Amino acid sequence: MAEVLVYVDHVDGAVRKPTLELLTLARRLGDPVAVHLGPGAEDAAKVLGEHGAVKVLAADAAEFADYLVAPKVDALQAAYDAVSPAAVLVPSSAEGKEVAARLAVRIGSGIITDAVDLAAGDEGPVATQSVFAAGYTTKSRVTKGTPVITVKPNSASPEPAPAAGAVEQLAVSFGEQATGTKVTSRTPRESTGRPELTEAAIVVSGGRGVNGAENFHVIEALADSLGAAVGASRAAVDAGWYPHSNQVGQTGKSVSPQLYIAAGISGAIQHRAGMQTSKTIVAVNKDAEAPIFDLVDYGIVGDLFQVVPQLTEEVKTRKG
Amino acid sequence: MSLRIVVCVKYVPDATGDRRFAEDLTTDRESVDGLLSELDEYAVEQALQISDEADDAEVTVLTVGPEDANDALRKALSMGADKAVHVEDDDLHGTDALGTSLVLAKAIEKTGYDLVICGMASTDGTMGVLPAMLAERLAVPQVTLLSEVSVDGGKVTGRRDGDTATEQLEAALPAVVSVTDQSGEARYPSFKGIMAAKKKPVESLDLDDLDIDGDDVGLEGAWTAVDDAAERPARTAGTVVKDEGEGGKQLATYLAEQKFI
Ligand SMILES: Cc1cc2nc3c(=O)[nH]c(=O)nc-3n(C[C@H](O)[C@H](O)[C@H](O)COP(=O)(O)OP(=O)(O)OC[C@H]3O[C@@H](n4cnc5c(N)ncnc54)[C@H](O)[C@@H]3O)c2cc1C
Ligand SMILES: Cc1cc2nc3c(=O)[nH]c(=O)nc-3n(C[C@H](O)[C@H](O)[C@H](O)COP(=O)(O)OP(=O)(O)OC[C@H]3O[C@@H](n4cnc5c(N)ncnc54)[C@H](O)[C@@H]3O)c2cc1C
Repeated sequence: MAEVLVYVDHVDGAVRKPTLELLTLARRLGDPVAVHLGPGAEDAAKVLGEHGAVKVLAADAAEFADYLVAPKVDALQAAYDAVSPAAVLVPSSAEGKEVAARLAVRIGSGIITDAVDLAAGDEGPVATQSVFAAGYTTKSRVTKGTPVITVKPNSASPEPAPAAGAVEQLAVSFGEQATGTKVTSRTPRESTGRPELTEAAIVVSGGRGVNGAENFHVIEALADSLGAAVGASRAAVDAGWYPHSNQVGQTGKSVSPQLYIAAGISGAIQHRAGMQTSKTIVAVNKDAEAPIFDLVDYGIVGDLFQVVPQLTEEVKTRKG
Repeated sequence: MSLRIVVCVKYVPDATGDRRFAEDLTTDRESVDGLLSELDEYAVEQALQISDEADDAEVTVLTVGPEDANDALRKALSMGADKAVHVEDDDLHGTDALGTSLVLAKAIEKTGYDLVICGMASTDGTMGVLPAMLAERLAVPQVTLLSEVSVDGGKVTGRRDGDTATEQLEAALPAVVSVTDQSGEARYPSFKGIMAAKKKPVESLDLDDLDIDGDDVGLEGAWTAVDDAAERPARTAGTVVKDEGEGGKQLATYLAEQKFI
């Protein structure tokens, strides 16, 4: 069977969930071969193997951390040369898309970004995209070269499928471009202990209606009662009430959870662009005319400071 | 020595309009008004700020698009850019990302540059890949997704707020930069700016001028094909209730029915 390269997103060998989703999708197209760059390949190999990786091509070098993107492209290209895959799948993170983009140019292949589903087709993989702020669903193919496809988080549920997952060292020689952009410092984001926004099954977001940083604890309390991630609209972020890393929408994170709860958010097109593919949408807004109500499965017209704490208490009681 | 800045700007259908696909499954440019992609305004703004700081700089705005795309160039010129380049050719209709990056790279090389500045993504295709593709094609450093950027002594530095960390980046010019909407509000064109823009030069280039074969671009030359585009079915109307004091509890009951609690 054809091999399919899967680019691994991980933090020091702790594989992030979108990669496991990619392995599941990759198995529809062929045998997944994982590409692990940086430290922790042995730890990663275990979980990658459990999810169907027939092997793990691993490379570690200081260049991956010390310079932006380009060294990773050199490595992914080395994996591509070693395997001649039927497709290359990359998680749709900001960096993932850039790595995929440069690889596509180098190998002269078409690229499809932000796929939300993948299927095998007679003429190669068929990617489903959700475009124009989720107003349209398209089906696309790569027609020249080896399909390079980036896939959004939450596009599939990871299914275990034991495979060998043996680690093989990948030889990488870095090109002249590799050291072009120096990373002079890096400050890791402090963990809140809450689930990762893009990966969470439930997201609770607050908007301008939350009316102040000091009130965001109302949103956080609901999120914590549900084991959810916290999101925010750009209005809330721009006002400095919540970090930009939590922004949901076109220029923030794109989320696709099982449940999305919007509190005090009007539902502007740019916000919708980042959450409209959520499976179930719930909103609390005091304005019955707010456009967000056009999207909801369940909406409450009311004051979030009444509704949200009451909901939080009720969730806690029911969960006992 | 003068600093040559090229800003890539895209003409896109207004996101607040009813965007659709045309029959050939390319973007329907008839149904909705077009405008300069809002995220490219941030790129123009940073270019103008960098140019103000430099001793001697020139800002050229560049677009690849149909005749109407001239509107996007005019907007950027009225914000304060010095001149414009418009790559326009019937054979470009339906060009995908790989093709667009090829055309932009050739046009940038022909124009001459020390610094290329892009928006973080277009508001229509929203791929966010063009800046990285341009760096690859031009063989210069990519310094992308910056929320802060400055240029000094032949170097570009900036802050990138990534998924898991915030990074400080540094590269020597020439380089390709992209900026996010966190980089600073874009200025509004002044009346004077709008009047002055009318007199600024717009150079028009076609594929021949760039030595690009028509077969490498357009719908036929594309590396990707869209086989189907279906309008999302309208969501079945959900339940919307007014809070009469028990709204939170009602919501909890709904969430429990849906097995979220
Ligand atoms: C290029 C571009 C990119 C953008 N990207 C994004 C993005 O990524 N994400 C994003 O979110 N936005 C984005 N925006 C901004 C977007 O257009 C809206 O301005 C923004 O989403 C509005 O945020 P909001 O809904 O919180 O605020 P508003 O639109 O001001 O809505 C606040 C809502 O809260 C309700 N409310 C007030 N008080 C209460 C209360 N006590 N209880 C209940 N409800 C209450 C009000 O009725 C209102 O509906 C972008 C805009 C542009 C131009
Ligand atoms: C809904 C939709 C989905 C698409 N999906 C794909 C796909 O999966 N694969 C594919 O190959 N193509 C796709 N395309 C086509 C693609 O959008 C165009 O080729 C486009 O010009 C490049 O991609 P982008 O606009 O998404 O660029 P992005 O990478 O999002 O744009 C980043 C920046 O590049 C610059 N830029 C982009 N285009 C131009 C231009 N024409 N002129 C000047 N500057 C520009 C701007 O500064 C912009 O801010 C899609 C188009 C649409 C409308």
